[in-house]
Amino acid sequence: MKKLAIALAAGLGLAATGAQAQGAYPQRPITMIVPFAAGGPTDVVARIVGDHMSRTLGQQIVIENVAGAGGTTGITRAAQAQPDGYTIMMGHMGTHGAAPALYPNLKYDPTKDFAPIGLAAGTPIVIVAKKDFPANDLKGFLDYMKANGEKVNMAHAGVGSVSHMTGIFFNSVIKAKPTMVAYRGTGPALNDLMANTVDYMTDQIVNVAPQILGGNIKAFAIATPERSPALPNVPTTKEAGLDGFEVSAWNAAFAPKGTSPEIVAKLNDALVKALDDEGTRKRLLDLGGVIPVKAERTPESLQKLVESEVARWTPVLKAAGATAE
Amino acid sequence: MSDLVSNLSLGFGVALSLQNLGLAFLGCLVGTLIGVLPGVGPIATIAMLLPITFGLDPVGALIMLAGIYYGAQYGGSTTAILVNIPGEATSVVTTLDGHQMARQGRAGVALGIAAIGSFFAGTVATLVIAALGAPLTRLALIFGPAEYFSLMVMGLVFAVVLARGSILKAVAMILVGVLLSTVGTDLETGEERMTFGLPFLSDGIDFAVLAMGIFGIAEILRNLDQTETRDVVRQAIGRLLPNRDDFKQSYASVLRGTVIGSILGILPGNGAVLGPFASYTVEKKLAKDPSRFGRGAIEGVAGPESANNAGAQTSFIPLLTLGIPPNAVMALMVGAMTIHGIVPGPQVMTRNPNLFWGMIASMWVGNLMLLIINLPLIGMWVRLLKVPYRLMFPAILMFCCIGIYSINSLPTDVVFIGLFGLVGYLLITLGFEPAPMLLGFVLGKLMEENLRRALILSRGSLSTFIERPVSAGLLAVAIVLLVLALLPSVRKGRDEVFTE
Repeated sequence: MKKLAIALAAGLGLAATGAQAQGAYPQRPITMIVPFAAGGPTDVVARIVGDHMSRTLGQQIVIENVAGAGGTTGITRAAQAQPDGYTIMMGHMGTHGAAPALYPNLKYDPTKDFAPIGLAAGTPIVIVAKKDFPANDLKGFLDYMKANGEKVNMAHAGVGSVSHMTGIFFNSVIKAKPTMVAYRGTGPALNDLMANTVDYMTDQIVNVAPQILGGNIKAFAIATPERSPALPNVPTTKEAGLDGFEVSAWNAAFAPKGTSPEIVAKLNDALVKALDDEGTRKRLLDLGGVIPVKAERTPESLQKLVESEVARWTPVLKAAGATAE
Repeated sequence: MSDLVSNLSLGFGVALSLQNLGLAFLGCLVGTLIGVLPGVGPIATIAMLLPITFGLDPVGALIMLAGIYYGAQYGGSTTAILVNIPGEATSVVTTLDGHQMARQGRAGVALGIAAIGSFFAGTVATLVIAALGAPLTRLALIFGPAEYFSLMVMGLVFAVVLARGSILKAVAMILVGVLLSTVGTDLETGEERMTFGLPFLSDGIDFAVLAMGIFGIAEILRNLDQTETRDVVRQAIGRLLPNRDDFKQSYASVLRGTVIGSILGILPGNGAVLGPFASYTVEKKLAKDPSRFGRGAIEGVAGPESANNAGAQTSFIPLLTLGIPPNAVMALMVGAMTIHGIVPGPQVMTRNPNLFWGMIASMWVGNLMLLIINLPLIGMWVRLLKVPYRLMFPAILMFCCIGIYSINSLPTDVVFIGLFGLVGYLLITLGFEPAPMLLGFVLGKLMEENLRRALILSRGSLSTFIERPVSAGLLAVAIVLLVLALLPSVRKGRDEVFTE
């Protein structure tokens, strides 16, 4: 029995050194935790990018959806995973920007507990309103908001959702205090917007573009510096005369803190290759996605982005009294 | 009309290609097998299999994923009938009479009528989608928060009618269900309610966890308690397929279930869950001898199963015509479409007619496949009941644990099904029925959210529920139903008549 144990231990030791000697990461499939339900914008970006990354790395990237508490459940779990490069995650503006303000008991610090890999695609925010809204452009909308105040109803997809955060931010920029109506997800919110039950909302282009193009809702402006090819007729917020509201719901890949720089570099390389691939770019652009330029794709720039986002969202959300606990 | 024919022939041209037929078959087969496993629902399966479809063309991929969806829907009924575990809210009702039929040795008949009823309902629903899909879309838009609240109130009245035993106990269980549904993060304020600071409760209790514990685990405990009832199931297997009398008894239920399910399926926000409950209520009310219900009445399987499948099909209408997903599975389909480069929305019909009509045609093909897959399988499922229970229950228990873990990958979910199992066992022993509680749980959340939404929109005025005609109508129906349900108990001392 004792002999067997020694033999086993020796065998295991050999295997371990063998693996180290080979050192060619990755040896087995990589799990990418997506902290939202399958089918949502972040999930779609993760799957499109992950598909191409798998080909570069020679190992499958398996998407695991761990939804809950505005994405913080999945990110908490991913942050506590072994930093061996086999568990990574797709975080976004909410989990790595707004979460510290929304969740006072957050178990991770977006600026300290991660090894950033790189920015993936973002989806711009569009300001949309019901078809019967008594204004046809952003200026008319702002005038109407000034005159009607709390009489106006704004829809959002639940506390902590992108439409909720950006909605609060938008209202603070235009100094409006509408009545907020919460829905469980973007689908039901859009349904009521189309039925003229609620007045306006802000949400990601991938969710609202089909309804804008179909004439079921109106779009006032897109919150990006340049117009989107997916909605060429919708002016940017700047063009429409509004400063200070430029938001894209960015998605970015992170590894747990302590992941070796070599592994991070390899993952970053695979991510950059995916973003340079024509097929992948086309799929992302078709969704109305924004692909980061070269300078935005490094782990260092992602770290800076996270720090600036936490600094941007915290005061806005705290001022609005929005917490999720 | 000629438009419809040419559109459908375009659709069948797409759906009947060799590749797409194969994919529909594969999807239905995988869906059926997955659906039979307790806990592993269509959402987990579609999410897992999504990457496999990347290499396919979008139409083929969506045909396969849709096949998984209705396959799983059907497979869930098999588990409900055989081992009394409802995989989803829609198969809760099937456990009531379906499992009783299995206990009486009529499992094959129950499975058979479920398959045939579902096929008929699926066929009709496919035609409804093809012919009326676009105009029916407006129905989804008529339903605002006020209407939705009233619909849910009506749904809760169904739960009272559903009950076999004492009305008081049923009402108590409904309220417990509603209460359980309020656990979790408040939608409007983000405040946590009744979570005791436990992170895994912050998103509330998962339906599958509650259903599996209260029904599945509790059923195992009860069976271990009284071994003799189990032997009944094993001894008498009986006929495998429904005969002429069975059809005679249930064809009207199938028709009614189809109509009810088709209408409720179109509603946004998971209106389809009400279908089977509504159908069961109608059947019980129309029956000459309502006391047969809950004791293996074939109408109690035929109607709800048809309603279930019809609703599963028509819930594609908002997705296909508007691009708005009415429930979580459809949200996943939206994701699948976008990953395949098709942005779902009102334009899909004109811009991708191949996809639109191909999917509609494939629904019928898929239903046919389900019939072909499931009728021969009935023999196998029924034989499964012959396995000695001492071997069967550890297997069920293991599948439950794996299945529930696969949904959210949370170890606490596994612990919770054990906990709810104990609670469920206690409830059965004390004569409380779990079905009304599950309905209360499903409707409670929708009811609360829509009540508050409607009141926010009306700035606190309750009259909004009466001023809106559809809402007022639904409330009136609810009151009439409630009176009808309460009358016999007042008159005849219903409690004594029905309590077992």
